[in-house]
Amino acid sequence: MAKLETFEDLLELSSVKNKRIYEICQEYEAERFETSVENIRKQVKYNLEAMKHAIDEGLKSSEKSVSGLCGNDCAKLLERYKNGKSFFSETYQNVLLYALATIEQNLRMGKIVACPTAGSCGIVPAVIKSMTEAISADMETEINALLTAGIIGEIISNKLALAGAVMGCQSECGVASAMAAGAMVEIYNGTSNQILNAAALTLKNIMGLVCDPVAGLVEVPCVKRNAFLAIYAVTAAEMAMAGIESVIPIDEVVDAMKQVGELMNPSLKESSEGGLATTKTGLRITQELSEKWKNTDCV
Amino acid sequence: MEKTKTLFDVIGPVIIGPSSSHTAGAVRIGLLSGKIFGEKPDNVKFKLYNSFAKTGKGHGTDKGLLGGVLGFDVDNENIKNAFEIAGQRGIKYEYEYLEDLSRHPNSVDVIFNNGKMEISGDSVGAGEVCINRINGYNFNINGDYETLILIYKDKPGMVYRVTALIQGQDVNIASMHCDRHDKGKEASMGICLDSPLPEYILRKLHEIDEIYLIRNIEAFKQWQN
Repeated sequence: MAKLETFEDLLELSSVKNKRIYEICQEYEAERFETSVENIRKQVKYNLEAMKHAIDEGLKSSEKSVSGLCGNDCAKLLERYKNGKSFFSETYQNVLLYALATIEQNLRMGKIVACPTAGSCGIVPAVIKSMTEAISADMETEINALLTAGIIGEIISNKLALAGAVMGCQSECGVASAMAAGAMVEIYNGTSNQILNAAALTLKNIMGLVCDPVAGLVEVPCVKRNAFLAIYAVTAAEMAMAGIESVIPIDEVVDAMKQVGELMNPSLKESSEGGLATTKTGLRITQELSEKWKNTDCV
Repeated sequence: MEKTKTLFDVIGPVIIGPSSSHTAGAVRIGLLSGKIFGEKPDNVKFKLYNSFAKTGKGHGTDKGLLGGVLGFDVDNENIKNAFEIAGQRGIKYEYEYLEDLSRHPNSVDVIFNNGKMEISGDSVGAGEVCINRINGYNFNINGDYETLILIYKDKPGMVYRVTALIQGQDVNIASMHCDRHDKGKEASMGICLDSPLPEYILRKLHEIDEIYLIRNIEAFKQWQN
C-alpha cells in the first residue's frame, strides 16, 4: 500500500501516477477498506445525497432550535433574494443559502452529514452544490469534489484532532473551509498543486480560530460561521486558480495549526469559559436557558 | 483501543444533529444500553452528568438517549420525536441532571425497570462511546466490534469453557475484559470479536447453567449506504 500520510505524499503520488487527487484518494481508500473503487464512490454518493437532502429541507424551514437562539437566518436571506436584492451573483447567494440551510437543519435535529464535524456541516455541501450547479456539472463531478475534500480532511486529521475541544474551531469550520476550497478547485478542473494551495491559503487565514459557543450549544457563533467560511473557501479557490501560491507549504501550515491549537487556552476550546460565551450577553443567555431547563423531565 | 480515522469519519457519518458527542454519542449509548437490557422496558431513567447535564437539553441529548433505547440509529429522523414514540409504545421515561466531576464530562447512567438493570456510559468524542459498567461490573464496550456479554457464577474453568466454544469457530477475539465482585459469587466477561458468532454457539452458551446473562451485541455498521 502506497504511503499517504502527508500532502507531500499526495502530490508525489498524483504526479508519479499522473492522476488527479480524487483518483489517488479513491484507490487508497479502496485498498484500505479492502473493497472496490466503485463501492467507495457508492458510499460517497450516499453521503452527497444526504447533504443535498439536508439543504432541500433546510431551505423549506424556519423552525428554531430548542433553545430558540437560531434557526431562521436562511429564511431571512431567501426573503432578501426573492425581492431581487443582493450584492452577490446567484452562485454566491447559493453558497450562503446552502451553508445556512444545512447548519440550521443540524440545530433543529435534522439529518446532516458531519463534514468533518456536525458544527461545521454546512461548508463543504454549500460549496460543492452551488459550484456544480453553476456549471451544470454531473453527479460524478460532485463525487470527485467530495473525495477531494475528504482526502484533504483525512490528511489533516492524521496530524491533529478535528475537534473544537482539542484544537479550537480552526480544526472544525477551518478545516471544512480548506476541504471545500480544494473541492471547488477540483470542480473547475484545477491542478493538484492548485487544489493544495487553495487548502493551504484557507488554513493560513483561519489559524487560531477559537471555539467559544454560547451556553455550550452548536448555535452562536457556529451558524453564521458556516456561511462565512463557505465564502472563505471560494476566495481561496479563486486565488489558487489564478496561480497564487502559499509561500508556506501546506504540510508546514498544518504543523503550525497544531502548534497554535496546543497553545490555545483551554477556555477557548469548547469549554464555554471564555470568548463570546462569557460576554455579558453570552452569560445572560446561558443563565436564562439554565433557568428554563432546570426542572427534571418526567413522563 | 483508539480507532484510526478514515475517509468516512471526515466526510461523514450521516447523523441527526446538532452534536456528534452530545447527540450521536447519546443515541449510541442508548442503543447499546437497550440491546444490553434486551427486552422492551416499562420504564427507563437517565441520570445525566456534567456537560451532558448542563447542555443536554439544547443538544437533544435527552431525545438521543431515549431514541437509542427505542432502537433508532444515529441517522434516524424519528429521534426528534422520541418522547411521543416512547409514549405510544407505553415506555415511561425520566431524566435527572447531576454533577460529579469524578465522571467523564459526557456521562450517563441508564436505569431500566426501576433498577432491574443499570448501565453507565460515556460519549468520548466524535460520536464514539464507551459502556463501562453494567449492574456494577466493569466493561469496555464501544460497539466497534461484535460483543459478547456474560454474567456467570465465579468458578474455575468458566473462561476456558466460553473461549473454547469461540475458538472452535475460527472467530478471532479482539479483546476481552473480565471482572467480579466477590470470589465464588458472580463474575462478568466482555468479549470483542472480529466476526459474528454462529447462532448454535450462542445456544450452547445458553445451555451452560452457571451463565445467568448472555447478550450478543452486533457491531455498529461501518457502511451507511
